[in-house]
Formats: sequence, C-alpha cells, structure tokens
Amino acid sequence: MTQATVAARAAQTDERTTAVITGLGVVAPNGLGAEKYWAATLRGESGIRSLAPRGMSGYPMRLAGQVTSFVAEDHIPSRLMPQTDRVTRLALAAAELALDDAELRPGELPEYSMGVVTSNASGGFEFTHREIQKLWTKGPQTVSVYESFAWFYAVNTGQISIRHGMRGPSGVLVAEQAGGLDALGHARRAIRRGTPHIVTGGVESSLDPWGWVSHIASGRLSKESVPELAYRPFDHGADGYVPGEGGAILILEDAEAAARRGAAKVYGELAGYAATFDPRPGSGRPPGLEQAIRKALADAGTPPEEIDVVFADAAGIPCLDRDEATAITAVFGPHGVPVTAPKALTGRLYAGSGPLDVVCALLSIRDGVIPPVPNVGTVPAAYQIDLVRGAEPRTAPVRTALVLARGKGGFNAAVVLRKHRKEEK
Amino acid sequence: MDRRTVITGMGVLAPGGAGTKDFFELLSSGRTATRRISFFDPSPFRSQVAAECDFDPAAAGLTHRETRRMDRATQLAVVAGRQAVADSGLETDELDPHRVAVSVGTAVGATTSLEREYLVLSDSGRDWFVDPGYASPHLFDYFVPSAIAAEIAWLISAEGPAAIVSSGCTSGLDSVGYAHQLIKEGTADVVLTGATDAPISPIAVACFDAIKATTPRNDDAEHASRPFDLTRNGFVLGEGAAMLVLEEYEHARRRGARIIAEINGYATRCNAYHMTGLKPDGREMAEAITAALAEARMDGRAVDYINAHGSGTKQNDRHETAAFKRALGDHAYRTPVSSIKSMIGHSLGAIGSIEIVACALAIENDLVPPTANLHERDPECDLDYVPIEARDQRVDTVLSVGSGFGGFQSAMLLSRLGNGS
Repeated sequence: MTQATVAARAAQTDERTTAVITGLGVVAPNGLGAEKYWAATLRGESGIRSLAPRGMSGYPMRLAGQVTSFVAEDHIPSRLMPQTDRVTRLALAAAELALDDAELRPGELPEYSMGVVTSNASGGFEFTHREIQKLWTKGPQTVSVYESFAWFYAVNTGQISIRHGMRGPSGVLVAEQAGGLDALGHARRAIRRGTPHIVTGGVESSLDPWGWVSHIASGRLSKESVPELAYRPFDHGADGYVPGEGGAILILEDAEAAARRGAAKVYGELAGYAATFDPRPGSGRPPGLEQAIRKALADAGTPPEEIDVVFADAAGIPCLDRDEATAITAVFGPHGVPVTAPKALTGRLYAGSGPLDVVCALLSIRDGVIPPVPNVGTVPAAYQIDLVRGAEPRTAPVRTALVLARGKGGFNAAVVLRKHRKEEK
Repeated sequence: MDRRTVITGMGVLAPGGAGTKDFFELLSSGRTATRRISFFDPSPFRSQVAAECDFDPAAAGLTHRETRRMDRATQLAVVAGRQAVADSGLETDELDPHRVAVSVGTAVGATTSLEREYLVLSDSGRDWFVDPGYASPHLFDYFVPSAIAAEIAWLISAEGPAAIVSSGCTSGLDSVGYAHQLIKEGTADVVLTGATDAPISPIAVACFDAIKATTPRNDDAEHASRPFDLTRNGFVLGEGAAMLVLEEYEHARRRGARIIAEINGYATRCNAYHMTGLKPDGREMAEAITAALAEARMDGRAVDYINAHGSGTKQNDRHETAAFKRALGDHAYRTPVSSIKSMIGHSLGAIGSIEIVACALAIENDLVPPTANLHERDPECDLDYVPIEARDQRVDTVLSVGSGFGGFQSAMLLSRLGNGS
C-alpha cells in the first residue's frame, strides 16, 4: 500500500468504527499489574499510607496513595533512568504491561498505524524540583541536559512513542482529574480517523515535597490522619480527598483490526464518551456532569436502564459528592443503579484515575462483580444513591458500565464501557 | 453533508505586536522583536536573548484580582481570547452553551508562577522540604495548567468539552487541530481555541541552555533569530498567545459572520526517534503534511505559502526543508516558505496558534511574511525562504507546520473560503 492511500483512508472519519480495549497496564498504589490491582481492590486493600520522608513530618497532611512496590530498574532500561522522572518510569512500565497483555508487537505493525494519546496533570515534578534547586543554589550550568523534556506534560506520550516506535497520530491532554477520560475519547477519535491501534491512558506522580505542597494548596485534601478514614467519598463525614500516584495505560484498537490480528483478549468496547464544562460560578446554571452522562449514553446508544454500575468521580468533598449524587439520580432515578468508587483505595490520581476506573469497570464486566467502597459508614439519605459499601464485593451481572471524572475548575467527562458484542452469545 | 470549520475571530499578543492590526504591521514590515532579556538578569546564562511581550495586564483590561489569580500565560490567553470573541461579533449569551467548546494549547503552562512560588516556599532553593505555610492559594492552579482552559471557558460561557492540549512545541497547532475535529465530528459548533506560553523564566532559559538549543548570539539580540541562515545557531525563546474563534461553516454563515479563512485539514505524527533530536529526512513531518492534504482533499500543488516551523536550530531547518520536498515534490521549490520566528522568537506551545493567525492574515491580505535576518544561504536549505522583505502575492492556500520535543510533527491547511475542495 502506498503512503498516499494510507493517508487518504486516514482522512475519512467513520463514526461506526467500534473501539475495543485489548490490553491493560496498571501501576496503582494497591497493585502493580491489572490482576494484582483487581484482586487487591476486591479484597479492599488500600495503597494509602503516610509519606515517609522525615522532612515532611511537619506537613499538615501526609496521606497519599503510593506505588511502593514499583522498582523502576525492573522495568526501565538503565539508559532511560537518568532522563526520566518517576512519572515517566511508571508510564513506560504501564505501557509495557498493556502491550504485553494485548500481545501487541508494534514493530510488526505497518508504520503510522499506532499512536499514543495520554493525559498528565503535573509533569515530571520531582525531576524538576531537583533541577530548579540546582539552578538556584549551584547555577545554570548544573541543570540537567534532560530537564527540557523530563518536566513537560507531553513527556509520557513522547517516551512511550519512542520506546516502541509508534509514529501514528499522538496527543496529550490536560483537564485535571477529567483528562484521563478525555485521552481515551481522543484515542477513539484517532481510531475513527483511521489509525487502528492507540496506546492511551494517564499516569501521575508528584509526591516530592514541592509537588506535595502544591497538592495541599488545592484546599481539598482530607485533614484526617488515619488512612482508613481519610478518603471516604459520599460518607457523612467526608472532609476531602487523598491524592495518589499511578494510573493506567490501555490498548485501544479498531475492533476489526483487533480481530484480524487475532487479539487474545477483548475486555470491552469504549462505547460512549462525552465531556462538558461547568457553567461559570455564580451563573445559576446547573453543573455539567449530568449533561456529560446523558451525552455519553447517547453516544453509546445506551438507555440509562442498561447501565449496570457507575464508577463515580467521588470527590470526597460534601458539596461535590452531593452534586454528583444529584447528577446520577437525575439520570438513573433514586437508588436506580449501583455506584462505587474503588479510588477510595488508591487516592485521587488526577490523570491516572479515569483510566484506572476504566480498568476496574472492564474487570467488573469480565467477572460479574462490583468492588465496594470499604470505609464508608453512612451516606446522607438525601444523596439517594445505591453506594456499594462494606467489605464484600457485590455479585451482579455487569454488561455495561459508566465511568465518571471531574477536574478542578469545572471539567466533566463520562465514558461508557460495554461487553464486546462478539463476546456475547 | 460534511461539516466545515471556519475562522471567524482572532486575537493575538505577540512580541512587538498586540492585536491583529499591530501584529500584521510587524509581519509586513519584517521588524524583529527579539532583545536582551529584561525580565531578570540574564548574565549567568548562555543564551541571554528573548522575544518578550510588552504586556501591561491592567492596560489590557484585566482586573487586579484577575492579575493576581492568573499566571502570565493565562493573562495573555484571556486577553487574546477577549480580542478573538470581540472580533468574531459573537453574542455569547445567544449561543447554546452546550455547543461551545474550548481547547487551549500550552507547552509549559504556568512555569513562571511555579518558579516564583518555589523560591518563596524553598527559601530561594535552600530547603528541599519546602514550607507549605508560604504557599499561595493559587499554587494548585499553577501546578495543574488546566486552570488556563477554565478561564477561557468562562470567557465565552462554554459548557461543551474543554481541555488543555499540551504536546510541547506543536501544542498551538494541535490545539486548533483538536478544535477543528470537535467541529467536524459534530461535538461543537463554536470553539474558542488557541494557545499560550510565557516561559521566559530562569528555569526555562537554563533547560534550553543545557542542550544548547537556544542561540548564544547575545551581542546582536535584534538579529539573533536566524532561521534558514547559514549562521543560525539556535532558537530565541519567546512568549505570547493567540486565540481563535472557530465555527462550523453553516453556523457562521447563518449569523452573517465575517469568515476569515477555512481550516481544511490537519494531521499529526510522531517521529519515535528522540525526545529532542530530528532525523534529517523529515519523513514523519512529510507524512503529517500528506495526511493533512488528504483530509483537505487537496493536491500539494494548491499550496501558495508554507509557514515553516523554522526555529533556527541547525537540525530543524534542514529537517523541515527535507519534509517539504518529500511531501510536495518539485512544488516545494516554487513555493514561498517563511518563518515568523525570525521576528517574534519561539514561544513554545503558543507559537503554533500565533502562526495560524499569521497564516490567516496572509490569506486576508495577500501577503507572505518574510524570514528576517536571512542573509547567508545554507546549501542544505535551498528553498525560497522570502528573505528580509514581505512579498505581495495572491495567497489562497497555506500550509503551516510545527515540530517539537517528544517527536511531534503536525501540519494544517488553511484557505480562503471557496478555495478548498
């Protein structure tokens, strides 16, 4: 096939193209690898613990979701170590896990047929913290030759693309916590525009002291110091969230291309996606999450009654929890659908959380279980949501799932995942 | 029927040119806006030149509270955004907010404010364990740059999708490309899009120093940005913002909007080669150009002007010269190519959108902006780079390209309405 014909095909958008997820790569505070993360999530194992450095002991908040089991040298070639921040090492490891899971070998694919679309909200922050300290204490000549590209938000997409020789359409989006789902939506767009295989998702890590103080400055962190009590979304006593590091990278493919190459696993379809933005504060108009849900359902061609579970954004801040409950009940009716928030075990991972929730939703579909939010006591009656609580997962057939994410400032995103039609019989 | 994307409003804050009128005057005169860095003492640095905006937030209409809340990059974007909305003649309260979207490109976000905050928190770098007690209430919004997109969304009361596009130095092209796709696929009818960066800060200057990407031509700051010239030795860091109102064609036509230009095609590819290095063959950029032409259903021979990335590094200018030849064949030799970075420097993520405004102005005014400071021919750069003086000629169709760290290569085609397919 000539270059021109490949390009001509790529120019035609096909809205009917089905995008399927065929590989999962997880780097979560409560598990490395999708299966370990899933098992820990079902058991209610948390990855939230106190930040260890003694110098941080005086900080007003210290609980964070931490990927403590990650040994970068086990995943990253030594050549890449000096030039990468922790966030990029986590992202490269997640991408490798996802490619292995999908049994996809980029080198065997036609040139330009694979791209990388990721989200990241804070860049290579610890790396930059070190370099900026060197700049101001030892002078400009001591700044690393890698600083120019280890910090910026595009670093994960760039490094994944280079590591695996992926030359197709690629991109980077930032929308705080909503950006990870936006990346998935944009990846599907790239598939519909003719690129059959996209590596997509989001990974975050900024738990160095400067990064951590920036998290604190959001004014949204829980003041609780007991890990089990600190991040209790939808609970009566919710007082904020716990940030974390990690996330997920997925392999998204044109369903036909995946079938042609004999993809071993099809976890599900990315059936619907939509994003909205909240009205300007003080406008008196309702927040945009309900619109995002309705648009994503419409995009998937799925009526609300077909949704079997909602993975909530779960801000852990009472007014935001209430807004989310209002949006969910407006679409599904009071107590109309099971709602869960496994991120209570990892903390909020910004760009990482949406894709990680998507992994969870896909494994719920596969196994017919909904993971619980273990540490929530009572949910205000006014929320009228069926929150899956307690120590035990809820067994239920899950065919279609909705994942929600909201980013500070007013960003809303929703994704609908569906059991692949070819898998259903 | 296919949905088409048109530009109906533009705003720009570029070094030496605030507002489209002054900016066009700069482009047509071939003046340069590069100078010795004035924002801080640059003497410890290898490269001491930059293209700075003479920007006064209060004079530009920002309130004291807005100025305090927003990083400089946000301020530039908001002022350019207000210009663009005013230029479009849109009555924002008559729009369906759910059909209005926002995309803003930025490579490094609120770097300047982050560095300023860092110095306070760390006692000028002395403390690794920075002191949370001194953090500004706005620190988080500098830390996560999507706060910029929120400010832009409020500006036009958008309730459709909003996001930051942050693919390094192609962010400004990719952001407008993203907006174009939102319109084309039917997600939005109006998108306020563009890009901003205000990176002229010690950490940004130091990191480009470290890899010798920026020019050390400190004794001749006004002529330091020399794309395609044999003596070029690195880019000049710049800052600025450009915002555009993109509209679906029928939406614009129904309200009788002035249509400045049409966006006919856009594509991006990665070189998967090196985070900062470029192979001399320009293959991936050529592929992006070919794909953008395919979307536009255009033949390469339709291109009247190429707005080059033209950063003025040795490798970049050679790389894209090869890309133009590979994608357009002999037509590359007959087509004027220029780099406005010769005049306004390289504002990282912002420049792609500023260049789109320059392309639209080229179409509107039938004028090809020049490449300033181009005196000595480089045998490896053998196209028509429009040296020194702007050229009056018919410009119906323009190709604009960008290339950036991470390996991103992007291309966009714009045309006078009626000249696309």
